[in-house]
Amino acid sequence: MSRIEQNMSVTGEAAASLNTGQKISTLLGMSGLIILCLAAFNLNFPNKVLWLSIALGSITAGIVWFAHATYSSTHAGIKNDGVWFKSMTNRGYVAYLTGVGLTGFYILLYFFPQYLGLRAEGDNVGLIALFDPLSYLLSGNPASQWFVYGTLYTIAILAFGVKFLWKYRHNRYEKLRTFSVMFFQLAFAFLIPEFMSRLNDDGMNLPYYDLKNIWPLNYYNFEQYRVDGFLSSGNIGLALLIFGVVSIFVITPILTYKYGKRWYCSWVCGCGGLAETAGDPYRQLSDKSLFAWKVERWVVHSVLVFVVLMTTAVIYSYLGYDSSKYWLTRDVFLIGVGTFLTLLFAAIWYFKREELQKDARYGAIGYLVIILGLIAFHYFSGQNLFLFNAESLRQAYGFLIGAIFSGVIGTGFYPIFGNRVWCRFGCPMAAILGMQQRLFSKFRITTNGGQCISCGNCSTYCEMGIDVRAYAQKGENIVRSSCVGCGICSAVCPRGVLKLENGSTNNRITAEDGVVGDNVDLLDLLKQKSL
Amino acid sequence: MEHIVIIGNGIAGITAARHIRKASDCKITVISGESDYFFSRTALMYVYMGHMKWGHLKPYEDWFWEKNQIELKKAWVDHIDFENKELTFSSEETLHYDKLILATGSLPNRFGWPGENLNGVQGMVTKQDLEKLEERTSSIKQAVVIGGGLIGVELAEMLHTRKIPVTLLVREKGFWSGVLPPQDAKMISEHILAHGIDLRHETELEEILGDEQGNVRAIRTKSGKEITCEFVGLCAGVKPNINFLKNLEIETEKGILVNEFLETSIPDVYAIGDCAQQRKAIGERKPVEAVWYTGRIMGETVARTITGYRTPYQPGNWFNSAKFFDIEYQTYGWVFNKPGLNEQHFHWQHESGEKAITIAFDTESGKFKGINTFGIRMRQEVFDKWLNEGKTINHVLSNLKAANFDPEFYEHHEAEIFKSFKNNLQST
Repeated sequence: MSRIEQNMSVTGEAAASLNTGQKISTLLGMSGLIILCLAAFNLNFPNKVLWLSIALGSITAGIVWFAHATYSSTHAGIKNDGVWFKSMTNRGYVAYLTGVGLTGFYILLYFFPQYLGLRAEGDNVGLIALFDPLSYLLSGNPASQWFVYGTLYTIAILAFGVKFLWKYRHNRYEKLRTFSVMFFQLAFAFLIPEFMSRLNDDGMNLPYYDLKNIWPLNYYNFEQYRVDGFLSSGNIGLALLIFGVVSIFVITPILTYKYGKRWYCSWVCGCGGLAETAGDPYRQLSDKSLFAWKVERWVVHSVLVFVVLMTTAVIYSYLGYDSSKYWLTRDVFLIGVGTFLTLLFAAIWYFKREELQKDARYGAIGYLVIILGLIAFHYFSGQNLFLFNAESLRQAYGFLIGAIFSGVIGTGFYPIFGNRVWCRFGCPMAAILGMQQRLFSKFRITTNGGQCISCGNCSTYCEMGIDVRAYAQKGENIVRSSCVGCGICSAVCPRGVLKLENGSTNNRITAEDGVVGDNVDLLDLLKQKSL
Repeated sequence: MEHIVIIGNGIAGITAARHIRKASDCKITVISGESDYFFSRTALMYVYMGHMKWGHLKPYEDWFWEKNQIELKKAWVDHIDFENKELTFSSEETLHYDKLILATGSLPNRFGWPGENLNGVQGMVTKQDLEKLEERTSSIKQAVVIGGGLIGVELAEMLHTRKIPVTLLVREKGFWSGVLPPQDAKMISEHILAHGIDLRHETELEEILGDEQGNVRAIRTKSGKEITCEFVGLCAGVKPNINFLKNLEIETEKGILVNEFLETSIPDVYAIGDCAQQRKAIGERKPVEAVWYTGRIMGETVARTITGYRTPYQPGNWFNSAKFFDIEYQTYGWVFNKPGLNEQHFHWQHESGEKAITIAFDTESGKFKGINTFGIRMRQEVFDKWLNEGKTINHVLSNLKAANFDPEFYEHHEAEIFKSFKNNLQST
């Protein structure tokens, strides 16, 4: 029988040994990865179809087999044994190596795709050429670096999804949620866009469109080339454009009102999908300190403001002045944006002011003043909208947020900062959904009377860094804008204290009547803010 | 400014400190030799199992105490001079108090077994126990755990995750059958056995055997069987940690005797949590209750008394919960291991053998008395209401769905449970 070799667990660190199945499956998966690496170093594989199949097949089979070897012989239930003893999941050497490797891959992908074999002129070479056969099969076009990335991303979600399903096989909520993210990644993010571009010919020019990818997460959806693409595709294109607008202004608020932002963040979204599957072993690494929470709120909302400014500037830049040709002129658009933001602000202020913390109020006022000020400044001075020209704003956003934040840091740093760094600190979509969830949703996590023993499993395993225990031990409902509703806090709770619920919006935020089991009337104490 | 000193930084002591701070500006000092900061004792096991690190056990960040002006002192108290209101620490330093709260918790029971002080024999209650356990079990081949209670099964699970074979000795026929009705006990016994724990029923410890170096080498049971092992976990219950008070004038029995206001026999001295013993038992509750949440309630209560609202300790309806490997257990109201006079137990078990409920009710009036649930989460608030309103078992079973607290999409069993009740019990 193998044994974990530990030193004092109070200080952590000790390697858990692998069983035979885990060893062989690791070998298999790694061999697939090595084929891809060799291709990246320009080794020319004679039969690309065969070698690509071998590579992707071994990676998938390796991961699935590893999951089987890890969980099949154990009793169904939460098994986080030794998570903090393993180098991979406790920011050990292996974790840093993985982080550096992933980060390096993202840097190549975003900034130096030529090293992966992308060629503008002539045939691709290297790694990207290896994926050409699959790309031709699906869309009829040669592969790009994004196709390679998309394929590997989808495999990661599917294979690690199987691992997740095994690990949480006792929990139907987790199972359904994982099937959902696996489906949306495979169908909506991967296959449908490829098939859509297959339909393109002289009469059709459909954009590559992942329908579940909603602005502002896909910040480029309303850029000129996209809108031109939509408009040139006739009715279908126009329908897609309208769908894009409707999804952010109508569909999203309704679904979030009913189910909380989880319908998107942990059931549909691709970023969330990767975080929940491949990123699951790192969920405990998220920072739970009060300081991290403050940073999070300022950074994520600043990204949202940035994306609103950038998109406004970009759309503004290609609209005309002539009101006889288009009803949507630059002036109409700009005044429209200003009016919409002001009304939204006024409505939140009027109805939900009491629910905003002090810094949230200052932040909201500050940002509104800045945006309106910039618009006014533009009118009075004739300066560039928002001081920069639209194209440099767009490039800055694409580089800083689109590439560095969501890719390099967001995923590359999984093994160091946890799996939801992007969702928590960077995603503007999460910020919008979070506001809806916090202020208008039926969703909350309820706590079960006095059964909480403050053990802290919930907080430790919250990937969004929410100190769930702080609420649970007070018997308070958890209504937080960052909660993605992954349900793991409820799953790891050894006392069955937490439950994700959609219910009436009345009394959603206040605790029910103190901690049950205590006949002393502590309501007055509970009503006071906790120390 | 009044100086309130609390001995013990467990849930009782810390809750008292926090609530006194909420309601007053007096000086508060919390003394503990066990750890620098308050930590969740209930989660010690998860540190050993590698689910959590020590830092995760601290419910408040380290800056919290200074910010709220709760002074923490790491020291062991040796002597209390009640007359002059002065504590003496093991370092011979002294400290004056105006009001003193004793919240010293509990210690594992030792029944005078031969060899119980050998190296490798310990309980699992404190941070020091965890450190000793780490050290001791780093290179052992076999462990024995004595006692089939909540700490016993947790210790077995802890050792199991380190792949150390465990023999668990239980005096009765089923696991924790001093508390659980036989069918519930049987189900948990089977679950523990299914995890590969060598659970031995009706087996009692006779003697712990050591080698020349004073280390454990084996145990002998009452039936004369020897089991080789290098570690013995003592989990046959706990007792109040009051040894340092034994020769002082404060009245003690099993624990520190307190009235309903948690006042001891000495003025301005209070006792709360595991170390307190009620002079008058409350309802069916035992006078000494080593339960996490009663410690919390006593902490809140004593804080009210000290800050000017003299309040009796009033725990509500009994409830508790635990987890046996993968089976979650909750209980509301009273379900004793044997039905009392005019009382009957209705038991339902799912075919998986991992979900069950047992309901105690009055045979004549049908009044609902309590429920044990295994593998099904229930809503405390609902049961609390039903108990207060004196609902019947019929009402409980036909409204059971309202009490369900399982995660979304989980399978429901209310219909099956109700049918089983109609078919098996209601006709009789």
